[in-house]
Amino acid sequence: MAVATTETAELEVVDLQTTSVRELNQRLHDLAGGAPGPRRFRILNPSGAHALACGLDAELEVEIEGHVGYYCAGMNKLATVRVHGNASTGIAENLMSGRVIVEGNASQSAGATGRGGLLVIRGDASSRCGISMKGIDIVVGGSVGHMSAFMAQTGCLVVGGDAGDALGDSIYEARLYVRGSVAGLGADCVEKEMRDEHVTQVAGLLEAAGIDADASHFRRYGSARQLYNFKIDNAGAY
Amino acid sequence: MCGIVGLFAKSPEVEERLGEHLAAMLVQMSSRGPDSAGVAVYRDPAPSGWSKLTLYSANTHERWGVVRDGLREAFGECDEPSIRASHAVLVVEAEADDAEAWIREHRPDLRVMSAGSVIEIYKETGLPEEFAAEFHLEDFQGTHALGHTRMATESRVTTEGSHPFSTGLDLCLVHNGSLSNHNRLRENLRREGIEFQTENDTEVAAGYLAWRLREGATLEQALEGCLTYLDGFYTFAVGTADGFAVLRDPIACKPAVLAETDDWVAMSSEWRSIAVLPGAADARAWEPEPGVVYVWEKAKV
Repeated sequence: MAVATTETAELEVVDLQTTSVRELNQRLHDLAGGAPGPRRFRILNPSGAHALACGLDAELEVEIEGHVGYYCAGMNKLATVRVHGNASTGIAENLMSGRVIVEGNASQSAGATGRGGLLVIRGDASSRCGISMKGIDIVVGGSVGHMSAFMAQTGCLVVGGDAGDALGDSIYEARLYVRGSVAGLGADCVEKEMRDEHVTQVAGLLEAAGIDADASHFRRYGSARQLYNFKIDNAGAY
Repeated sequence: MCGIVGLFAKSPEVEERLGEHLAAMLVQMSSRGPDSAGVAVYRDPAPSGWSKLTLYSANTHERWGVVRDGLREAFGECDEPSIRASHAVLVVEAEADDAEAWIREHRPDLRVMSAGSVIEIYKETGLPEEFAAEFHLEDFQGTHALGHTRMATESRVTTEGSHPFSTGLDLCLVHNGSLSNHNRLRENLRREGIEFQTENDTEVAAGYLAWRLREGATLEQALEGCLTYLDGFYTFAVGTADGFAVLRDPIACKPAVLAETDDWVAMSSEWRSIAVLPGAADARAWEPEPGVVYVWEKAKV
């Protein structure tokens, strides 16, 4: 998916062979709150470095050319961060808003605790994808590993491929959509009816993610609301 | 947390520069394990009928020539010791088991780091960068190698508690994680005649593999047994005379990444270590599945 550009849009290129991660992140942080400066960045030679483009708070377009290390684009607000490669543990952790796109695969805990925004993984995601998600939408083109959407609270996880074991264990109100097979459902996670509103929701997310798939082929999973914390008799314990 | 790396050469160019690549990979894992570092390098096979020992001495002025003379007297020929910092490699005209037993009996002050025909193990406390310089890792040529950077959790920071752990002739193990049933398992294995030199949890995993292999299991079967008998977190890399194997526990909290090009296969805790290899940007890279044994071996001629 091409990034919308205009001839006047200023592009800054940052090479991590000659610039430190700290300098890069400071440069990006300095643009928070609409401060003047370029809105588009191209990051070269990430070489698996950790914490790239974390804590952004501006409408920036950041393209990272290669594989990234842990917690890339964590806590992101407003910005679009695109990784042209694979991502290690914790991509887009606690995403607040904006978009994070991984062109390759993502390691474990992708989108963990995310509160909003959209995370797109074109390849596969590993275990614990969307763990404790709190409003983020995650669209994975391929498959997700075991314990995905563990204790997921709200938001959507859309999986174009298969899901590993214990999907949605101890889930609250998040919606899980899987096109392929599910190796096993976690505690209190059940399959639910795929109504029109759900097909519409999946279609919208696939379109936003730029992933070509038929929304009607997905199945929906969610909470049976049978665990301890759902029982009114236990309300006094809190 | 710990860091583990492995490199398997598929081309003569990579074999020639194996140590240089290994050192670069190891240094990238410093933040995962600043306490100690170690490597197992598979290189220079001993001639038929000979074997190779890597020995460690806490005595910085160890007279390795005396050790060589003792081995000569007991077995016949023994090459000049090849000394690197606190370690020395001795190639002796004897079965590896016999040479190792001789050292244990006559020089209990020395530690046998490895025994076999191709393996050499070096490990020491301190930062990986210092270790790489002190042991001149960049000099090594070889077919494959494993490395480890340690952040200790289950036992003391000592040379003996560093990885790799030898698990038998030409075998070694490096581990990222921690085992919780190592005390009980150590006692069980002791009853089977497996010897332990430390209170370290990884040594128990190494001992378990040695026991299973002794009982006739293949490496793959022995590793699959880990899934049943070891309780805890682990990513293991196991070195053999012909290659290496990788296994992650079924929960897979501990990271691992694998990558392959026409010239090499590499594994590491993180991509950072693989990014330093030639052609890494175009390598096929993937995350090993939990509970699945991966093996690479030299084609046997």
